[in-house]
Amino acid sequence: MTDSGFPLSRGEETVVEVSMSVNGETRTSDVEPRTLLVHHIRDALGLTGTNIGCDTSSCGACTIHVNGESVKSCTMLAVQADGTEITTIEGLAGDDGVLHPMQAAFMECHGLQCGYCTPGMVMAATSLVAENPDGLDETAVRQGLEGNLCRCTGYHNIVKAVLSVGGTA
Amino acid sequence: MIPAAFDYMVADSAEAAIAALAEHGDEAKLLAGGHSLIPLMRFRLATPAMLVDIGRLDDLSYINDAGDHIAIGAMTKHRTLETSDLLAAEAPLLRHVAGEVGDPSVRHRGTLGGSLAHGDPASDLPAALLASGGSLVIKGPNGERVVEAPDFFTGFLETALADDEMVTEIRVPKAGGVGWSYQKFNRRAQDWAIVGAAVMLGPDPKVALVNMGAAPMRHAGVESGLAGGAGAEAASVAGDDVDPPEDLNADAEYRRHLARVLVGRGIAEASA
Repeated sequence: MTDSGFPLSRGEETVVEVSMSVNGETRTSDVEPRTLLVHHIRDALGLTGTNIGCDTSSCGACTIHVNGESVKSCTMLAVQADGTEITTIEGLAGDDGVLHPMQAAFMECHGLQCGYCTPGMVMAATSLVAENPDGLDETAVRQGLEGNLCRCTGYHNIVKAVLSVGGTA
Repeated sequence: MIPAAFDYMVADSAEAAIAALAEHGDEAKLLAGGHSLIPLMRFRLATPAMLVDIGRLDDLSYINDAGDHIAIGAMTKHRTLETSDLLAAEAPLLRHVAGEVGDPSVRHRGTLGGSLAHGDPASDLPAALLASGGSLVIKGPNGERVVEAPDFFTGFLETALADDEMVTEIRVPKAGGVGWSYQKFNRRAQDWAIVGAAVMLGPDPKVALVNMGAAPMRHAGVESGLAGGAGAEAASVAGDDVDPPEDLNADAEYRRHLARVLVGRGIAEASA
């Protein structure tokens, strides 16, 4: 992190150095202060699994984890992520390619139709399950995913997938 | 949908943030969680020349028992509020309403101080603070002052904050065992309230309305009815002496109707 209290940039041409752990790897880049985190992840870091949907923090297609918690990366500046640990959909599966249990559950339950919302859904769902170690019922899953829209309206199987991983009993 | 260019600095203390505000005047904005400000900047409804990032001031993230009230650091996130055992015991209305803001991902980033300082009449937390009889600690170049919530919200997205001041703490009187309710009416998950009502009973009952005027507001007529023992009947005047906005979701008359219904439900639930 840059010396705090120090003005990091002056004017449009200036860039700020940011460094964050992305899927376990330290990535350091120069960004304009106004760069949104989702654009940084997609355009600068080349991780295009994170989608852009509504662009107004309503749809959740751009959901990632910042320090282990789900965040809508269209409503966060890249400079705000300096020094954080980021996980994107590309970082969920193991190095051996074995799917994360939530990814496997979405596949098993057919928790997707067109697939556009899927990365954000999976990231929101893994955060939700991690925050509720005692398990979730169907209502809690539906409410917990209210910030993620599936315009195919394929919610039924998405909820089924999340319950199969993080449901009560 | 990309913000206009701005300069950016990270503040390492509240004092550093205030010094930056004093230097840059109304050209500067504080950035906390960013979940009110960044959308405005993306629509270019806000184009600050300087962003002062206070989101890393971890010493302003706390929920403490301060005797007769609960003291909450301005940078405390909604998620922290909605999972707090201390708030569950002593300020359950605020805790519940924190869990009604946006959706879980929004609540991981949004802060209490940021939401209040935004001063949005459609926002949930100002109503909760008003109904709780809370106050805000405001810090500026010349020290601190404490402002009662009704004096803080002065107009549409306007507050009592001067250009060189910031909210550092929110104080909520202890209200364990006092009846309360929050009624939020919207038509889609995670939407803003079309109308909302926060009710806190007790010897000095308070009722605050969401989206029923230019600023977050308490309703004196309903409150005096409640204090006089009118019970849920006090809700009949909730549509009077208000100036509700009109938009695609509701015209003014429908909002007045919603206010009466929601306040009535709120009083009934708080009394149960």
